[in-house]
Amino acid sequence: MGGIALIDYGAGNLHSVANALKAAGATDLAVTDDPAAVLRADRIVLPGVGAFGACAAALRGVPGMIDALERRVRIEGVPFLGICVGMQLMADAGEEMGTHEGLGWIDGRVRRLDPHGADAKVPHMGWNDVAPTRPHPLIEPGEAYFLHSYAFEGADVIATTDHAGPVTAAIGRDNMIGVQFHPEKSQRYGLALLERFLEWRP
Amino acid sequence: MTVRARVIPCLDVANGRVVKGVNFVDLIDAGDPVEQARAYDAAGADELCFLDITASHEARGTILDVVRRTAEVCFMPLTVGGGVRSAEDARALLLAGADKVAVNSAAVTRPEVVADIAERFGSQCCVASIDARRVGDGRWEVSTHGGRRETGIDAVAHALRLADLGAGELLVTSMDRDGTKSGYDLDLIRAIADRTTVPVVASGGVGGLDDLVAGIRDGHASAVLAASIFHFGQASIADAHAALAAAGIAVRKPAGDKG
Repeated sequence: MGGIALIDYGAGNLHSVANALKAAGATDLAVTDDPAAVLRADRIVLPGVGAFGACAAALRGVPGMIDALERRVRIEGVPFLGICVGMQLMADAGEEMGTHEGLGWIDGRVRRLDPHGADAKVPHMGWNDVAPTRPHPLIEPGEAYFLHSYAFEGADVIATTDHAGPVTAAIGRDNMIGVQFHPEKSQRYGLALLERFLEWRP
Repeated sequence: MTVRARVIPCLDVANGRVVKGVNFVDLIDAGDPVEQARAYDAAGADELCFLDITASHEARGTILDVVRRTAEVCFMPLTVGGGVRSAEDARALLLAGADKVAVNSAAVTRPEVVADIAERFGSQCCVASIDARRVGDGRWEVSTHGGRRETGIDAVAHALRLADLGAGELLVTSMDRDGTKSGYDLDLIRAIADRTTVPVVASGGVGGLDDLVAGIRDGHASAVLAASIFHFGQASIADAHAALAAAGIAVRKPAGDKG
């Protein structure tokens, strides 16, 4: 058993996610930039805040990390959770400060929120609905904390929120799930989601 | 529904201790910011704000320890302001566990610090904090040093410039109203909120729950910040949410209500 690997590629909210996973019951948690640890892990969490391009470059900057993630998540099928930009990186590409290639695990692109003159603010900042659009064992209806200016548009959307129109709140397929909101900052709702992730057997 | 109006209690912290303390809950150590943060987390605050008013540069490290310990036990967004002069200062706070960093005086003398922080860590974590004083009808100037020093800079133009430079949120404090309990300067808040796409947090002058409602409804703020009405037990976070909800403003559901 290899425990949970929380990928350290310089993302600023790493410790908040680590704290929340521990509070959700994670006992064997490794905060790691070591691809070998990823290859041993039973669960993988990819956090992320900041700009898509910078995060994608930072992840690629860890030697062997993309290959390890591809193998462990895509081929061997261990449960994977992406959070915020960590979720957005699952897409084909992001259009934040130029176009940047993502992991390409879920068909879609990450584009700037555009409320079209509505009085909705960007960044989309604060508590908002998580409304499931199809059943998923990890996603329950509730309220979570969002903090982002860019959002995913594409396939495998499993929950949306509303910010002058529907905005992707979660994506998922098979053993992969990504959430735009911050479970580590969403008090009881967020910790409960992390608890379900720790138990998840996709 | 849409994104909820946020209620943000703010704690003044000096040398690692809370200055204006909470006295409405049974705290073992009422001066410990971490314990007060826990109380607000349990009470369902939408976010928390620490304002570090440590005077000496040598004691700055204490806020990092406070933030680190808070992030271990509180699972809500935390904004930290006070004494942030550079992207390196911001980085230290973010690594310690802050979600957003508020820049104030440094952005008066060097607005580009906002761009430095936004480019390195993203706009979402960069809060521009503006202290303003009314100088005429519909005109405000940026003030510094707790409202004691005038700068001659137009506060609305300054706020909008900081948003253009990459601030993801504007925290707007009326220094005329701060501590007076006479309500937010709604004209100031609205003058900024109506001219920018980024969220505005209203601050300075809350005397009661009606002021919170007015900040959102009339000031067009996205969030309302208050200190003493919460710290001294005049109102709870639940009271604040209920007052906003009664005015038709979208807020989070009460804790325990799953509907």
